[in-house]
Amino acid sequence: MTKKQKKTLMRIIVSAVLLVLAYVFTGFVFEDLNWWIKLLCFFVPYAVIGWDILFKAGRNIAHGQIFDENFLMCLATIGAFAIGEYPEGVFVMLFYQVGELFQSCAVEKSRRSISEMMDIRPDYANIEREGEIIRVDPEEINVGDVIVVKPGERIPLDGVILSGSASLDTAALTGESKPREAEEGDEVLSGCVNLSGVLNIQVTKEFGQSTVSKILDLVENASGKKAKAENFITKFARYYTPCVVIAAVLLAVIPPLVLGFGWGEWLQRALIFLVISCPCALVISVPLSFFGGIGGASRNGILVKGGNYLEALSKTDCVVFDKTGTLTMGVFKVTAVHPDKCSKEQLLELAAAVEFYSEHPIARSIKEACPQETDKRRLGEVKEISGQGVEAVIDGKKVFAGSGKLMEKAGVKWRQCHKTGTTVNVAAEGEYLGHIVISDEIKPDSEDAIKRLKLLGIKKTVMLTGDSKEVGEEIAKKLGLDEVYTRLLPADKVEKVETLLAEREGKRNGKTNGKINSLAFVGDGINDAPVLSRADIGIAMGGIGSDAAIEAADIVLMDDKPSKIPLAIGIAKRTMRIVRQNIVFALGVKVIVMVMGAFGVANMWEAVFADVGVSVIAILNAMRAMKKIGD
Amino acid sequence: MKKTFKLIDLDCANCAAKMENEINKLEGVEATVSFMTQKLTVSAPDGDFDNTMKKIVKLCKKVEPDCEIVI
Repeated sequence: MTKKQKKTLMRIIVSAVLLVLAYVFTGFVFEDLNWWIKLLCFFVPYAVIGWDILFKAGRNIAHGQIFDENFLMCLATIGAFAIGEYPEGVFVMLFYQVGELFQSCAVEKSRRSISEMMDIRPDYANIEREGEIIRVDPEEINVGDVIVVKPGERIPLDGVILSGSASLDTAALTGESKPREAEEGDEVLSGCVNLSGVLNIQVTKEFGQSTVSKILDLVENASGKKAKAENFITKFARYYTPCVVIAAVLLAVIPPLVLGFGWGEWLQRALIFLVISCPCALVISVPLSFFGGIGGASRNGILVKGGNYLEALSKTDCVVFDKTGTLTMGVFKVTAVHPDKCSKEQLLELAAAVEFYSEHPIARSIKEACPQETDKRRLGEVKEISGQGVEAVIDGKKVFAGSGKLMEKAGVKWRQCHKTGTTVNVAAEGEYLGHIVISDEIKPDSEDAIKRLKLLGIKKTVMLTGDSKEVGEEIAKKLGLDEVYTRLLPADKVEKVETLLAEREGKRNGKTNGKINSLAFVGDGINDAPVLSRADIGIAMGGIGSDAAIEAADIVLMDDKPSKIPLAIGIAKRTMRIVRQNIVFALGVKVIVMVMGAFGVANMWEAVFADVGVSVIAILNAMRAMKKIGD
Repeated sequence: MKKTFKLIDLDCANCAAKMENEINKLEGVEATVSFMTQKLTVSAPDGDFDNTMKKIVKLCKKVEPDCEIVI
């Protein structure tokens, strides 16, 4: 509790005690007192609890703020005094303050737990200066400086490990609870916690550009981009209060004047309206739900750039994927070795020897797959034939490794492979030895991600790729995607998404019966940044993605896992559910109590509950948006 | 120019909404008041920024006298 809250609590206790004393004194000890002594007895606890509200009400009226909740509370309680209901007047004010206190504690607590979750800002960096390790502000560190990170400390800036190895806790960035091993030469991101071992890190990005700063910036700015539901609520609040106050006035005046009822009874009913007229429950709980949803998502390694994107994501029913780097690793690997005349190992070894000097990604993956390093002395003349393969002399024999075209050029009879991927044929001394198939590996959770998306009600999943028809279609079939478009250039991808968006537009206008309401595009940003910004929701792979992609995207997945997409949609849907619950609940209770009040069934107590009690319940409900969703 | 300011003692969500509404009525000014992060973000024309801020402080004092903008 803050100092201010503690003070309020003291006032509540003192006032409550005084109220009980006044009640006993006027009710049991001296039963027939003058009205003014009675009034004085109750006025003391009222002044203790309500002086600041009275003061604020007066001051705000002077500033031209009429329909402010302080004024309404004063009007309601003074009204209660005016009609002789002294204890009720004190009690309403007391209950109101209790509710306000509770509300401010709840908001404080949720604010703190969200900021704790986001508390990844490093306070200092260790740097060696003049032979001594000193602590400095991370902002003072320049690119190229070497910082020291000890066990238990947070890595303050992005960099590369110069020496040392450690396991890193990346939970703050990716939501992954399993520690990651890092050693010399590895790139490390700021925000990770070093769990073991001392690391010497050469800084590659200054603090403002480091991952930690970027994440914090994103999340802090997120509350600025408001969802439609939020804007609706603030607009609604602007009209709600004056309307209720006018209704209260009408309720107080019309029945007695027109129908000839007694004034006191209807005045009391009107006061109930005034107590309910504050829209606070709505104004607090809706943004808080979005804030909690964004916070909960970032705890799972999903950065959402605003409440509006969360809202749009919850409506998504078509997800378009880029292939390389999104559904697949984007790293080539040997997936099959088919020898004709020798053993698998021999074929792989020979191919690795031929490709020894080549830096082509395919050559690299063959060398990686081969367990032993080639002895350089075996190599004679090596000739790289661009786009086709390599020709080399090994142990005095002429060896070719490459495409079918290269085989034809060498005059070797070769055969097509039934497996999809890039095929590297190997031939020695004019004899075909076999081939090696290299393909991009599918991410382990891609299939599961697509399945879960379908369970979440995604109607259409599409894959776009620049790869060949065979490769694209095989992957799409394996993952269970609905549609696949292959051999696309970057510009074609934009066009395809435009076509899908046109279908959505058609549905929105009711002109065509397309299936799509809202479209999300997932990509790694390597040549698809324009698509990311064109789609209704752009989701970028943040780990391998370019800065441009993170800039263009609305949602960033920190650990590049496609399985985070259904999780993000799940969080978005839950957040929207909570928002709707809060709107319906808060408005519902208020309307019911108002109707009951108008018919004389509800009293002040229920009215105060409909005001502050509902706020507190709505806040507690909003906090659920922050909770982690189990996998 | 876009700048972010911390707000102290902003304890009512409705006041935050009112403040935002009032500030956005100023010409050329775009502002958001976040009750959750207790922050005010203002974007206003460069040359007139200090002057605009003075107006904003005045407006906030009018809507919610308890709340203070840290400049």
